[in-house]
Amino acid sequence: MTAVMHVLPYLVAAYVFLVGAYGLATSRNLIHAVGCLAVCQSATYVLLLAVGYRDGGTAPVFSDIRPGSRPVVDPVVQALTLTDIVVGATVTALLLALTVQIAKRHGTVDPDELRELRG
Amino acid sequence: MHRLLPLLPAVPLLGAGLLVAGGRHVPRPVAEAFACVAAATTAALAIVLLPHSSPPLVEWVGGWFPKGGESVGIVLLGDGVSLGLVALVSLITLAALAYSWHYFDEPPRGHAGTFPALILLFQGGMCGFAIAGDLFNLFVFFELMSVVAYALTGYRIDEARAVQGGVTFGVVNSLGAYFMLMGIALLYARTGELAMAKIGHGLDAAAAHHGPDALALAGFVMVLTGLLVKAAAVPFQFWLPDAHAVAPTPVCMLLSGVMVELGAYGVWRVYGTVFSGPGGVPAADASRALVVLGVLTGAVGSVMCWYQRHIKRLLAFSTIAHTGLFLVGIGVLKAEADDGTALYILGHAGVKAALFACAGILLDRYGSVDELYLHGRARRLRGVGVMFAVGALALAGLPPFGTGLGKAVSEEAVGGPLTVLYVAASALTGAAVLRVAARVFLGLGPRPEEGDGEESDEDETSGADEEPETQKRLNHVPLPMVAVPAVLLAAALVVGAVPGFADMVGHAVEAAGTWGVFSSVHWTATGVLLDLLSTLLAVGLAMVAVTRPGLLGAPGWALPLRRLQSGHVGDYVAWLLVGTALLGALALPGVLG
Repeated sequence: MTAVMHVLPYLVAAYVFLVGAYGLATSRNLIHAVGCLAVCQSATYVLLLAVGYRDGGTAPVFSDIRPGSRPVVDPVVQALTLTDIVVGATVTALLLALTVQIAKRHGTVDPDELRELRG
Repeated sequence: MHRLLPLLPAVPLLGAGLLVAGGRHVPRPVAEAFACVAAATTAALAIVLLPHSSPPLVEWVGGWFPKGGESVGIVLLGDGVSLGLVALVSLITLAALAYSWHYFDEPPRGHAGTFPALILLFQGGMCGFAIAGDLFNLFVFFELMSVVAYALTGYRIDEARAVQGGVTFGVVNSLGAYFMLMGIALLYARTGELAMAKIGHGLDAAAAHHGPDALALAGFVMVLTGLLVKAAAVPFQFWLPDAHAVAPTPVCMLLSGVMVELGAYGVWRVYGTVFSGPGGVPAADASRALVVLGVLTGAVGSVMCWYQRHIKRLLAFSTIAHTGLFLVGIGVLKAEADDGTALYILGHAGVKAALFACAGILLDRYGSVDELYLHGRARRLRGVGVMFAVGALALAGLPPFGTGLGKAVSEEAVGGPLTVLYVAASALTGAAVLRVAARVFLGLGPRPEEGDGEESDEDETSGADEEPETQKRLNHVPLPMVAVPAVLLAAALVVGAVPGFADMVGHAVEAAGTWGVFSSVHWTATGVLLDLLSTLLAVGLAMVAVTRPGLLGAPGWALPLRRLQSGHVGDYVAWLLVGTALLGALALPGVLG
């Protein structure tokens, strides 16, 4: 594989993270903001999987291949990614639930209008 | 003994599970008593393990021992510092549960287990964070305690401000956590390890030929970003006042008393085990980054604290000021400063939780935590007033409180101009709390007129019209709500006053650190004098502020600083990115050279 292909996943991860952060900073809607946070988190999946990738590697499941017979990708980062997805689902669900309450209590989900807490 | 380590997070987590499952069928006292038992068991377990923690207890969970020097398992680490923190977390949790005993109004009727279960989950997350020996579990427990903290902050879902503060808290902290995970992934890519000590060795081995490189720096900056967001260092601190001002009082005790300090602990642990070797970040650079951020945090926190009228928000900013001092103490990278910081954290936890408990009594009794509205209204609450004033003096560093001893020992270790920061920050925060005590409980000074300060209303949170947390406004203050702050203040006194305790803490910290030296920790004449100086300054400032409100009122130059706290979640995210860049810039010279 070329050098570009080796670097590309890392560039994608950085790009996705920064795009998510930009969306968060400029968001005009809290639901959109929670979505942006999920985008930031997707960058961590990309980075983790890129870290564990091996050229020509297959899935680290040994039900149909003999251990050591061929290269497999790193199972540790896959476990980390799974855990990360669970964490992300929890955070997203909770923040969306709180956003529903904000919409009920304030009548808006625009951060520009939610500025009671200041100073 | 090391077999018992997994129980520290497991007991509260199991307790929480049982409460969620069975809470519907039991009356409220049973559910709360059960939660208290679970919290107390964890505390007792940590205290039993403490004497056995040198050399540190290490447990590879599930028997996944390292093979041939490589590990994939989960490792838990029980040394003096982590076990001490577990004990502290559990005891403050117990205090918060006792404080909310019977009197805290819970929205979901018919399910008595909800609130205690959430508190236990929070405790479990914090205990796990303290004893995590590998970076990924550090992240998982970081997220666990964060998520529970968001839920607890927005617990009173019928209140507009509470849910808003909860979302701000959630967005900023989660983004910090993802930064941390990116950093962990980079470190794993370099070393193929997750256990902290092994990552440290891996970095050293990788850098044997060419010294530290950009990857180590990126890992350092990203992992520290997450931890510093939790520790509320400037410019990552904006979420904290919003969350603390709106969270229920027992939750504030936990957030301010221990959770924020766990962020500082994380910085200490990660720098000491992962980045302190030749392959990490050079000591001078790490020290520069932490001390600069610590000084900024101390200064911004204490100035903002002074100009608050919302009492819980004022206490929140004082927490920020004190974490700044903790970060400086950690950042100077000296054994004595670590000892001082540990003592300071212990004393501060007791004092700050007690002050929040007193603020909660005001809220439940008068339906307001606005300093100006409450002027002179709480004259009849003499006992609470005395505790509030004592707490204020302890915050300013009055000997022989634990805060005073921690401050004195840290001052001596950091030396030079940084001493001024310690004295100024503790005097200013102590003075702000004393000013509140004098106005609210004694009614001193001219009565502020309605509409006073109207021109600045745009830029401040007043704290009037808060909903009391009890079912109806209290006519008399129930015993546990008074007993809890009294016990907490007494505990803060014990930390500083009981001879030998400080030495014990010092030994635990130095055995856990990498210093290998044992210095004696005790009161010195200079320390006592500096403590008295900051206490006197606090009393003087408070007197001037109360008698001549115009003289120390909000001047124009503080307004831009206050406007930064804009209440806009997007701004806070932008500041987080600025902070990450700043951290990178501060630590950069070591990699370039």
